[in-house]
Amino acid sequence: MPIEVDGKSFETDEEGYLSNINDWVPGVATVMSKEDDLELTDEHWDIINYLREYYEEYQIAPAVRVLTKAVGKKFGKDKGNSKYLYGLFPYGPAKQACRYAGLPKPTGCV
Amino acid sequence: MSETIKNFLYLNRKAPYGTIYAWESLEVVLIGAAFDQDVSLAFVDDGVFQLTKGQDTAAVGMKNFSPTYAALGDYEVKKIFVEKESLEERGLSLDDLQHLTWEDEDDDWAEKDSIHLVTRAEMAAIMDGADVVFSF
Repeated sequence: MPIEVDGKSFETDEEGYLSNINDWVPGVATVMSKEDDLELTDEHWDIINYLREYYEEYQIAPAVRVLTKAVGKKFGKDKGNSKYLYGLFPYGPAKQACRYAGLPKPTGCV
Repeated sequence: MSETIKNFLYLNRKAPYGTIYAWESLEVVLIGAAFDQDVSLAFVDDGVFQLTKGQDTAAVGMKNFSPTYAALGDYEVKKIFVEKESLEERGLSLDDLQHLTWEDEDDDWAEKDSIHLVTRAEMAAIMDGADVVFSF
């Protein structure tokens, strides 16, 4: 089911992940978050941008455990826990944040 | 929760792109590492090619997953054994491989080498010492 961003159409898979990571523009995250009734704040964007950087470097999405550790190191110890991440992304950092970031569904994520 | 932690050894024998084994192994390692087991990786025979630097897969039309090996440190995979003889038989040395590291949280995040060069005899002992060996 494709999604519409600024009049352009983006292909997604059956679970709503972007088909081509290189298609991604920030508007993709904005449109997806609106569908979830979520308002994206700077804290959300920090995570989305970090996930994109991680994927760019390692060609995979990080496991939640790896993500929480890295977020704590980069953005402050109080943020390096799954409570913080689930507070931002109630459906889970993998299912929601990775999807907003245009990444494929993380390995080992059911 | 007094479950015994087992030694898992993932044995990689094949070149990275001719078959799916190398990528499958890496995916299983990354999934398995999430379950707090004691994980080691071994690279022997053509498997040593998986760790070489400067891979370019454009011509074979497959995703270049070699950057993913650098993420292993984040997954606390710190023991990567490479067989010296396998490298030498293919005209390779440690310098041809990626420099893989992990950060030691207990040592002010010092970067430490993950790759350990071992002889064939040492590799046999490593396999012998593992509780479970997954061969790819």
